[in-house]
Amino acid sequence: MKLSRRNTLQLMGGTALAASMLGPRRAFAATKITVLNWQGYGTDEKWALEAFTAATGIEVVHDYFNSEAEMITKLATNPGAYDVVLINSARIEQAAGQGLIQPVDFAKIPNSAGLAPKLKDHDNMQYEGETFGCAWVWGMNGLGVRDGKTDPDSYAALADPAWVGKVALFDDAVTAVGLGALATGQDMNDPKDLEAVKTFLQSIRPNLHNLWTSEDQWNKAFAANEFDLSIAWSGGVVRSFRNGGLPVHFVVPKEGAIGWLDGLAVPSTAPDVDAAYAFINYMIDPDFYFRWATEVGAPASANVDAMAKLPEDDLMKQVHKPDYIDTMSIMAALPDARRDAFNALWQEMKAYYAAK
Amino acid sequence: MSAGPATTAPALKMGGRRLPPWVATTALLLPAYGWLLIAIFLPLGAMFLFSFMTATPIGNKEIGYTLDQYKIFFTQPYMWQVASWTFQIAFATTLICALAGFLAALALARSGLGRSQWIFLILILLPFWTNGLVRIFSWTMVIREGGFLDAVVQFVLPEAGSVGFLYSRPAIVLGLVHGYLPYMVLTCYIAISTIDDAIVEAAESLGARWWTVLGRILIPMAAPGLIAGSVLIFVPVVGAFMEPRILGGPQGVTLGTVIEDSFTQGFNWPQGAALSFMLLAVVLAIFATFSGVLRRNAQW
Repeated sequence: MKLSRRNTLQLMGGTALAASMLGPRRAFAATKITVLNWQGYGTDEKWALEAFTAATGIEVVHDYFNSEAEMITKLATNPGAYDVVLINSARIEQAAGQGLIQPVDFAKIPNSAGLAPKLKDHDNMQYEGETFGCAWVWGMNGLGVRDGKTDPDSYAALADPAWVGKVALFDDAVTAVGLGALATGQDMNDPKDLEAVKTFLQSIRPNLHNLWTSEDQWNKAFAANEFDLSIAWSGGVVRSFRNGGLPVHFVVPKEGAIGWLDGLAVPSTAPDVDAAYAFINYMIDPDFYFRWATEVGAPASANVDAMAKLPEDDLMKQVHKPDYIDTMSIMAALPDARRDAFNALWQEMKAYYAAK
Repeated sequence: MSAGPATTAPALKMGGRRLPPWVATTALLLPAYGWLLIAIFLPLGAMFLFSFMTATPIGNKEIGYTLDQYKIFFTQPYMWQVASWTFQIAFATTLICALAGFLAALALARSGLGRSQWIFLILILLPFWTNGLVRIFSWTMVIREGGFLDAVVQFVLPEAGSVGFLYSRPAIVLGLVHGYLPYMVLTCYIAISTIDDAIVEAAESLGARWWTVLGRILIPMAAPGLIAGSVLIFVPVVGAFMEPRILGGPQGVTLGTVIEDSFTQGFNWPQGAALSFMLLAVVLAIFATFSGVLRRNAQW
């Protein structure tokens, strides 16, 4: 029972989706493509699909997955069923390695000219020298700070006695170890000195009030004044402030944020590659993003032009500064042994925190 | 626990011919045991197999077989501490349920409340009918610092500090007792209502005081209920993960949460499966140790 950032968007998009069920079906469309994505995650906005079909004559239907493992399984077991798939950039290597997706032909995606170069050409998106995913949206894990408190400039603040009993961490092994790695000046995706990570995470214990697993839990505890400083999702902080009226703002410390990047890819067995690219092009179109972000709520777009189109006072725009794209580390694919080591370390840390 | 199959079944008459009794018995047992086979033994068997694997068997990964998952208590020594917390919580919960449940059942069964005793019984069963998550989240609102409990205490004693104890092991026990108490009340209620009033009256007429009646008649005769209730509570509580997670906060690390993390966060099914089977083995060992006592007292 966890609300991920996607589930949350899903809830927010639920109304739009329900409305789409009632809408009249188009009797005829020249081409039909199938998109595989999380439910309620941007690609299935009813108004967007209507606009896209009206402009291109391409009808879009969806299939959904509930976990990234399920996404890989669906791609592998249903060749020819999907034209576009949403894929976390950390999964590109695996999917491309299994021959499930094909290299992106950016010539067929005119809007890709606006993509932030670091995201477009990120290592995560590459496999054997070719780009397999088109960068779509991104977000950060950084610090959520209660308004009126001094903004910390470093993750070291989590262990600073000034915040005793007022800190919350995200209960996620990759994020926690990544945090420890950044705080100790290491590569987040491949920390060589796990002992240093462990020492840093242990030093947070006197300050730690709680571990959170869902945005809802975070909101309730923050509203009850349980903590002032927390590892938080950039989009979550924006939602908590804008929708929940909570006095919180997002801070990216000097070590940089823990970033994630989602891309859109074309399966290697896609029946209609051109239509797929047309759809991807539309998904990174500034006009689509503007409406998605301002009317529904969306993560930050990888398209610089799309972010620029948001009004200056838009909180998403203020939080997701272009500079942060350069300073953040993006979560990459982890070899099994390293993932297991991260999980074991975090489990040990949780037992250490529990022994308080 | 006493779900022994009927040893003889009435021979059914079909098509004018009497079928041999074993056919009828098999036909009657098949739905239940077939379902048990599919719903319990197949997944359990699969999990047992997983527990010897090197990685979760999803995707096209190379899977090897190993005993390493069963060595977690030696490779990760903090697990001993986690196990100790888990069993402390489970014993505390079972004990409190046994005490409170027995007394409640005694009152319900023997107080002569007449018809209104059903209302009280239903009140006790209410937690059963509420969603577990709702139940636990409502406790977080009551026992958190500045929650309802604090509001009430500070209304009576304005000077008092906070008595909120959310994110502690007592909070976990509180949530578990609330959820599992009905099992104990029900099993004890059934056991106590079968005690013949005449026995108690005879004891009293022979001069037995209330503690003698309680200690030598009611408790021994209600023991099957107490024991059944304890088993029904101890087993799920040892593996509980929702209550520790939500009410325990950072303190809520138990074998249940470690197993859940292995399956969900860590995507390490073999580790989770191995831990589950070790837990199962410990629980079975405990009951095997006490089975003599159980049989003597309960006469099952």
